Amino acid sequence: MNWIQSLGQSGLEFFEKLGRAHIFLWQALAGIPSVLRRPSLLVAQLYSIGVLSLLIILVSGLFVGMVLALQGYNTLSDFGAEESLGVVVALSMVRELGPVITGLLFAGRAGSALTAEIGLMKATEQLSGMEMMAVDPIRRVISPRFLAGLISMPLLAAIFSAIGIYGGYFVGVDVLGVDEGAYWSQMQSKVDLYEDIFNGVIKSIAFGWVCAWIAVFEGYDAIPTSEGVSRATTRTVVHSALAVLGLDFVLTALMFD
Amino acid sequence: MEESLVQVRQLHFSRGQRKIFNGMDLDIPRGKITAIMGPSGTGKTTLLKLIGGQLQPASGSVIIDGLEVPKLSRSRLYKLRRRMGMLFQSGALLTDLSVFDNVAYPLREHTDMSESMIRDLVLLKLHAVGLRGARDLNPSELSGGMARRVALARAIALDPMMIMYDEPFTGQDPISMGVLVQLIRKLNNALGLTSIIVSHDVKEAASIADYIYVISEGKVVEHGTPDELDRSDSSWVQQFLQGLPDGPVPFHYPATDYREDLLGADRASQR
Amino acid sequence: MRQNKTLEITVGLFIAGGLAALLVLAMKVSNLTQLNQGDGYNVVARFENIGGLKVRSPVKVGGVRIGRVAGIDYDTERYQAVVTMQLEGKYNQFPDDTSASVYTAGLLGEQYIALEPGGAEDYLQQGSEIDITQSAVIIEQLISKFLFNKASEPSGE
Repeated sequence: MNWIQSLGQSGLEFFEKLGRAHIFLWQALAGIPSVLRRPSLLVAQLYSIGVLSLLIILVSGLFVGMVLALQGYNTLSDFGAEESLGVVVALSMVRELGPVITGLLFAGRAGSALTAEIGLMKATEQLSGMEMMAVDPIRRVISPRFLAGLISMPLLAAIFSAIGIYGGYFVGVDVLGVDEGAYWSQMQSKVDLYEDIFNGVIKSIAFGWVCAWIAVFEGYDAIPTSEGVSRATTRTVVHSALAVLGLDFVLTALMFD
Repeated sequence: MEESLVQVRQLHFSRGQRKIFNGMDLDIPRGKITAIMGPSGTGKTTLLKLIGGQLQPASGSVIIDGLEVPKLSRSRLYKLRRRMGMLFQSGALLTDLSVFDNVAYPLREHTDMSESMIRDLVLLKLHAVGLRGARDLNPSELSGGMARRVALARAIALDPMMIMYDEPFTGQDPISMGVLVQLIRKLNNALGLTSIIVSHDVKEAASIADYIYVISEGKVVEHGTPDELDRSDSSWVQQFLQGLPDGPVPFHYPATDYREDLLGADRASQR
Repeated sequence: MRQNKTLEITVGLFIAGGLAALLVLAMKVSNLTQLNQGDGYNVVARFENIGGLKVRSPVKVGGVRIGRVAGIDYDTERYQAVVTMQLEGKYNQFPDDTSASVYTAGLLGEQYIALEPGGAEDYLQQGSEIDITQSAVIIEQLISKFLFNKASEPSGE
């Protein structure tokens, strides 16, 4: 009956971790007002989380947009509907690919870096040291990073979508010969500000919340050895990816019915 | 006893299933250097964390300067911590700040002093540990001993009433060791500090300690001045202080009879 | 903590870039410029068959979009589809006897409502009903009509 015991144990550990994660989130949120009083912390984190992710977002967005245009054109030309290419690229990007792919890239690049950094601070006793210096490590270290992640994600997703749509324009209009006017005008009549853009932004905020939360928590909770930190980093990427995809399904079902 | 800054009474603490402290009693006298020694794994670092309020005891009390540490609210605990300094085993310097900024950190966080005042204080503290010229280096450029000295400068930045040293002598070359030992003694006397040193380096700790506690199995085994301990008739303490390989703490991990073990394997492989 | 001027500038650029992207998405990509300005008024029309008409399908006059389908309902007493249309407030001079038909735009078949102005003196107002309607053309009915006609033709001509 040993496997029942270990199953029960894993279950308990899971709930324990879930509880810890939520208490942690609460503390991180409580620290946000003090972050806003010292914007230099936030600015530094926005740089390392947001600005340094720009390159991968720009390149990926561009290529995804271009591929969408290529594939979309192939299928649409079967129906003689090439003029709708703008619609295809824009809706795919804004509703789905923008938030989701940005979320996945964010988790991989920024999320893993956050977890490693915080885990390493834990392993080298810097967090303990701060505590003993009467500085709350959550307010000083965690809250700025969480807030920066929350702010960066929607911006990165918007940049991804925008550059993807322009990438699609480049391939569709300049390379494949779709009419320029048709590309934009069809897009403008079919893409709704509230239904599509707004919902896409909400998605990216939700993904930013989840990815930032997982990244800082796994770092803070990591076992303070080199192996522990490396495992925590892996967990961040995997769990963030799963969370983004799962949340995407739920949100899509709720928003676009 | 009013002359003890820290009083630990009937301390009980467990980590998971393991009982770490089993009714521990301790008194840290004011203005003196107290060494807490014992074999590795007896929870000496845990004791410092309990004193500093980072961990909560299962039962018992920890009283610092009349304040019950486990019962303090968060803000009052933080206020108390500003009067305490702690030197971690690895120094625990903030890696993204320079030496200067590391020492200035507690000053910037907890005081409203102008930058020029902070600069003067930081240079003072760094000079006291002999590293004023290293102020612009990054922690990654420091040797272990230097990092610890910077951490020490940081620990005394707010002129605390006590400092806790977690294994300060581990892994140090003779010169750095000598420097550190001297510094601890000098600072303690010059600043009127109460110092608590946790270490298993008997020779160095005993050379500067005014009082020694030897703990094992979650309790205090012996305590007294270095001379008193030297004359102790506990064979365990003697083994520990002299570093004898065998004695009450056995050399061999419990195992079956040696001969049987060897021959048994032979017989099994002959089948 | 050294606050780098370059750092601050790059972060500022990043935030500006992100907001600019959002603006681009809002202005150039979406239908922001075509969203309803001012208040609209609702008009009702009944059809036998609305085909593939959906909520938010356009309502056009002479090819110009002047409103959207706001709601689609079914009347179980008179067995008719009831379509509520929201017309833009500035287009409030349609005669009472304007007709509404369900047409198909383009080959991919997005359906919309086309209004044909009549000649009455009273204008459509909030809550008015359009009496003259033409249902959507359903391909299957067309085919069966064609076959029926073909079958009833006298042979050998």
